[in-house]
Amino acid sequence: MATGTYLDGIREALLEEMEADPAVFLLGEDIGLYGGAFKVTEGFLDRFGADRVVDTPIAESGIVGAAIGASLLGLRPVAEMQFIDFIACAFDQITNFAAKMRWRTGVAVPIVIRGPSGGGVRGGPFHSQNPEVYYAHTPGLKVVQPATAADAKGLLKAAIRDPDPVIYLEHKMLYRHPRLREELPGSDHVVPIGQAAVRRAGRDLSLITYGAMTLVCQDAADTLAADGVSVEVLDLRTLLPLDREAIAASVRKTGRALIVHEDTRTGGLAGEIAAILNEEVFEHLDAPIRRVTAPDTPVPYAASLEKAFLPDAERVVAAARDLLSW
Amino acid sequence: MRVDVIMPQMGESIQEGTLTKWIRKVGDPVKRDEPLFEISTDKVDAEIPAPAAGRLAEVKVEEGVTVPINTVVAVLETDASAALGAALSASPAPAAAPAPAAAPAAPAGAAPKPAPAAPAPAVARADATAEALRRTRSSPVVRKIAAEHGVDIASLSGSGIGGRVTRKDILAVLESGAAGRPAAAAGPMMHVPAFAPGERFERVPMTVMRRKIAEHMVMSRHTSAHVVTLFEINYAAIDRIRREHGAAFLERHGVKLTYMPFIAKAVVESLAVFPVLNASIDGGDVLYKKDINLGIAVALDWGLIVPVVKGAADLTIAGLAKAIVSLADKARNKKLAPDDVAGGTFTITNPGQFGGLFGTPIINQPQVAILGVGGIEKRPIVIDDAIAIRPMGYLALSFDHRLVDGAVADQFMADVKKRLQEFAGPVL
Repeated sequence: MATGTYLDGIREALLEEMEADPAVFLLGEDIGLYGGAFKVTEGFLDRFGADRVVDTPIAESGIVGAAIGASLLGLRPVAEMQFIDFIACAFDQITNFAAKMRWRTGVAVPIVIRGPSGGGVRGGPFHSQNPEVYYAHTPGLKVVQPATAADAKGLLKAAIRDPDPVIYLEHKMLYRHPRLREELPGSDHVVPIGQAAVRRAGRDLSLITYGAMTLVCQDAADTLAADGVSVEVLDLRTLLPLDREAIAASVRKTGRALIVHEDTRTGGLAGEIAAILNEEVFEHLDAPIRRVTAPDTPVPYAASLEKAFLPDAERVVAAARDLLSW
Repeated sequence: MRVDVIMPQMGESIQEGTLTKWIRKVGDPVKRDEPLFEISTDKVDAEIPAPAAGRLAEVKVEEGVTVPINTVVAVLETDASAALGAALSASPAPAAAPAPAAAPAAPAGAAPKPAPAAPAPAVARADATAEALRRTRSSPVVRKIAAEHGVDIASLSGSGIGGRVTRKDILAVLESGAAGRPAAAAGPMMHVPAFAPGERFERVPMTVMRRKIAEHMVMSRHTSAHVVTLFEINYAAIDRIRREHGAAFLERHGVKLTYMPFIAKAVVESLAVFPVLNASIDGGDVLYKKDINLGIAVALDWGLIVPVVKGAADLTIAGLAKAIVSLADKARNKKLAPDDVAGGTFTITNPGQFGGLFGTPIINQPQVAILGVGGIEKRPIVIDDAIAIRPMGYLALSFDHRLVDGAVADQFMADVKKRLQEFAGPVL
């Protein structure tokens, strides 16, 4: 099997699921004629036709509303947010309708909302956000964020096949990242939602992370390995529901937890994970739980400011060393 | 200009100090280097000098409070020129070591260090105030392990920041089997309250030194297998030398020629023949110390301290006499540096100074023996089947039977006795 990028993983998942199930269709801005702002759906219009690759107006609320309606009639829509930042426009549809439908009526809403999140490309405050926490806070939804090409494919398949609304967060920095290029799994490989992955086993400290920060954590772990420190890197993969067992098991083993996310600090998922650790493994903690996150500001546009904003391996290493010597 | 006065670091492993007394009061004028306040740490009590000349503007830490090193305890108001002098001078702390406990340099992945593995003199704080409990540093997992194995965390030394006992530390101690198990046996222990209802008393909190002594004594008893062997010494030979040369000695060396330097010299020479008494136990290993650093216990008005004569093997009688007097003076005047009380390998104590015949001293951890010198007085003894009057005294050796067998201890003592009774060397 040929190697592919993270973006190839997303493409292949969409292709294979659309081939396998005629109910699956795509809708979003510029996904048909243009092939998508990042070219994820290039060629799809020719392959599947305008009924299954729908170019929409610039109206995220409408996109999601239409998807919800379509799913109630038996279709399985995959709605794209051109930049995930725009999902804010669809907040009401997602949290009040998609999330609550099954609770209110017993009828499922099997939609997927996907889009590129994250900074590092000087996209500025409206094209660089990480909105996972708003949706991880909403019962009735599922939220996933892959960090590898294989997971990008496997998790998207799982999302499309899932009967509940899934927010599928891609990271634009990872789309064509050379370090993520790998052999993509076959059409039957589905990554279960709700299951974290230990990217690197370790004994002395747990780095709990997701998305692009997984690479940052791997780099930090390499640096710390040179000091003789054995660091475990846990890639959460699913943000709702969090894999409590994997999180607890890791820290039960190492006794030290450092949570790393690109999202801003206050109210970010690190707080939730720290609370889980407190509940599950307090007796096993050998140091306080700490976190490395972006500061509480919008994502800056200036290169120097964006660099200062995004957590990097150096900051993670410094925080880890602090914890290790506590 | 305002100059911060900080709690100094009195030794490499010391992370906090208790401010015991303000020598100057708020508003007092203060000269540079003038003693400003007294502190107590687990190694020494010391007077801390003012870092600059000026006026004591603000006292931030009250007497009796314990704070981490580098905490600002007061603020001096200086004039510009004095402040410049203060800025140019080094920090007021006499201790040399700038780094905090070795932890940042030694990542958790390194092999467990020998120091935490051996029970060190008690570092943590064991009294019941919330303040002290908060500072009995450990972590949830360490407390859990300690509870499961009946280990007293306060008896362990920690490699974490501020002397915190880390999980690695406690696991290393458990693996080496060196934890004082009987001391902290899990399960209900008999507890006898310190007072009966209605009884009259005055409650006085223990000083830091008293608490440390209390902790160390109990820990030592629970660590070593104490056995005492008692020898009687005929000090006639030494007595003669003291009478003959005492005056000349005092004139040349400035200190009195007492029995102590002779005893110290004999001990040092015998330790060379029986090095196992100058050793320490580290887990399953015996550490034979290459230097003989003789601790000499000094009774103080407010407690007890054991300053150390470093490299005692290289000193003559005169050298030993001067070193012992110098250390005792420093101890009584609270001028001991942390280095003066560290590194001892064998201790001599003097229960006879107040008239006692002999004592059964408690070993100064991590050493394996301590010699108690009983009072010297004329007694009738038998020499060649006739009664003679000689200056006699008992020497009691408390030794750790984990390492030192009775036969070895007695052979050592016989050697010491021989050297003392047959002393013929020069003293001047």
